[in-house]
Amino acid sequence: MIEINKLEKCFGDTQVLTSIDLRVNRGELVFVIGPSGSGKSTMLRCCNRLEEPTSGSILLDGEHVTDCRGRALDRMRLKIGMVFQGFHLYPHKSVLANVMLAQVKALKRSRSEAEARAMEMLDHVGLAHKASAMPSELSGGQQQRVAIARALALDPKVMLFDEPTSALDPELVGSVLKVMKQLRDEGMTMVVVSHEMNFAREAADRVVFMDGGVVVEVGTPEEIFGNPKSERLRAFLSRLQPSGA
Amino acid sequence: MRFLDTFFDGVVMAKYLPDLLLAIVTTLWLSAIIVIGGLALGLALACLRTLGRWYLTLPIVAFADIGRAMPPLVVILIFYFGLPGLGISLSGPMVLILVLGGVLAAFAEEIFWAGLTAVPKGQWEAGRATGLSFAQTLFDVALPQAIRLGIPPLVNRALAITKMTALGSVIGVKEILAVSSSAQSFSGSATPLTMAALAYLAIFLPVVILSRLAERRYAWSV
Ligand SMILES: Nc1ncnc2c1ncn2[C@@H]1O[C@H](COP(=O)(O)OP(=O)(O)OP(=O)(O)O)[C@@H](O)[C@H]1O
Ligand SMILES: [Mg+2]
Repeated sequence: MIEINKLEKCFGDTQVLTSIDLRVNRGELVFVIGPSGSGKSTMLRCCNRLEEPTSGSILLDGEHVTDCRGRALDRMRLKIGMVFQGFHLYPHKSVLANVMLAQVKALKRSRSEAEARAMEMLDHVGLAHKASAMPSELSGGQQQRVAIARALALDPKVMLFDEPTSALDPELVGSVLKVMKQLRDEGMTMVVVSHEMNFAREAADRVVFMDGGVVVEVGTPEEIFGNPKSERLRAFLSRLQPSGA
Repeated sequence: MRFLDTFFDGVVMAKYLPDLLLAIVTTLWLSAIIVIGGLALGLALACLRTLGRWYLTLPIVAFADIGRAMPPLVVILIFYFGLPGLGISLSGPMVLILVLGGVLAAFAEEIFWAGLTAVPKGQWEAGRATGLSFAQTLFDVALPQAIRLGIPPLVNRALAITKMTALGSVIGVKEILAVSSSAQSFSGSATPLTMAALAYLAIFLPVVILSRLAERRYAWSV
């Protein structure tokens, strides 16, 4: 589904990603963990070219994401949904208009078709009753679910989540994780950067541990959390849960 | 009584009212063209500047800085009295429209640009990540937010510029101030100037009040 080959990324002189290789299969939920600054966001953002990879290639269903230019890149991005830590809903548009915008402008759906699809997706994340609200009237958890609906409405092949719950109050995290779980159960291919280790244990098919811009370890949640092989991963996990898992 | 005779002489008023009404019309249409043209040009320049190409940014910034630094009267005089020496003769109203419209465009460009830079990067990323093109993200995501931020300063600038249509009096444009000051010198009464002041108030006071209401409404919606 997604194939990342020898991905490298430098910001000026500092190398942030070094020779990342990663394969994500259809319907898989791959969880990415690692200390702050390890390059998790940068890797995710390279996948839809919000960051320009320095070298290496990324393929989606065998098509090069890294070679696209202009309109082709815009079309490629339609297939790659992204959810940000800060939601980034459009504050001047209603919830419904947020979910409709790219459907109409980028996918060229008719307004009625886009509206129907938007309502369907809002219903999916439990927010159909907020369709006419403005984003500023919603809680963080609700805003994030709208952001998920906005991405889903474009029928992406894969969804990227960059710390979707990190900006949320603890009591709102659950509602977003529930939507993500539901999405996984429906067979969506997902790459999730997050610190919600319990969610990783429950929902992830594989966990990727990154540190210092390299993929240090990849394995099932049981392998990664129960039987970490590398010293760096053990140190990382013990810092998270001093009492042990 | 002396006060009334000086500033509110009924006979003088009646005599010059028709001329003044024509002058009001002139001021109004000049203002409309200057405001619409200036804002449109400023908006277009700010949009071009978002492309981040030096060969666009450089002339735009130069235009905005010079336009804001130069006293409009100086430019008006140069255009009206200087350009004919180069074989370019422009009518008074044309000079006024070009210069004041240009000055408003210079200020408006900076205001729109400031608004655009205040739109968080995440808004652009959300737009592009959902497959919107650069232009679509600019027009549907960033610009509406930038314009909202810019409304109060834009209203102030537009008002300031339209009042400068009075500068047309030095190059023979028959706008409010020109007509009333020539009436003043013919009649020897200050009444036409009073009428000019009242005319300006009648035009601009409603605009000022409207902009206050708009600002208040805008404050609520944020
Ligand atoms: N635009 C940029 N310019 C320069 N350096 C950057 C830029 N973006 C990220 N970096 C650097 O790249 C490194 C990796 O950043 P990245 O955001 O990918 O880490 P992360 O694993 O997502 O961390 P966190 O858990 O804090 O979100 C960091 O050292 C960061 O300072
Ligand atoms: Mg990050």
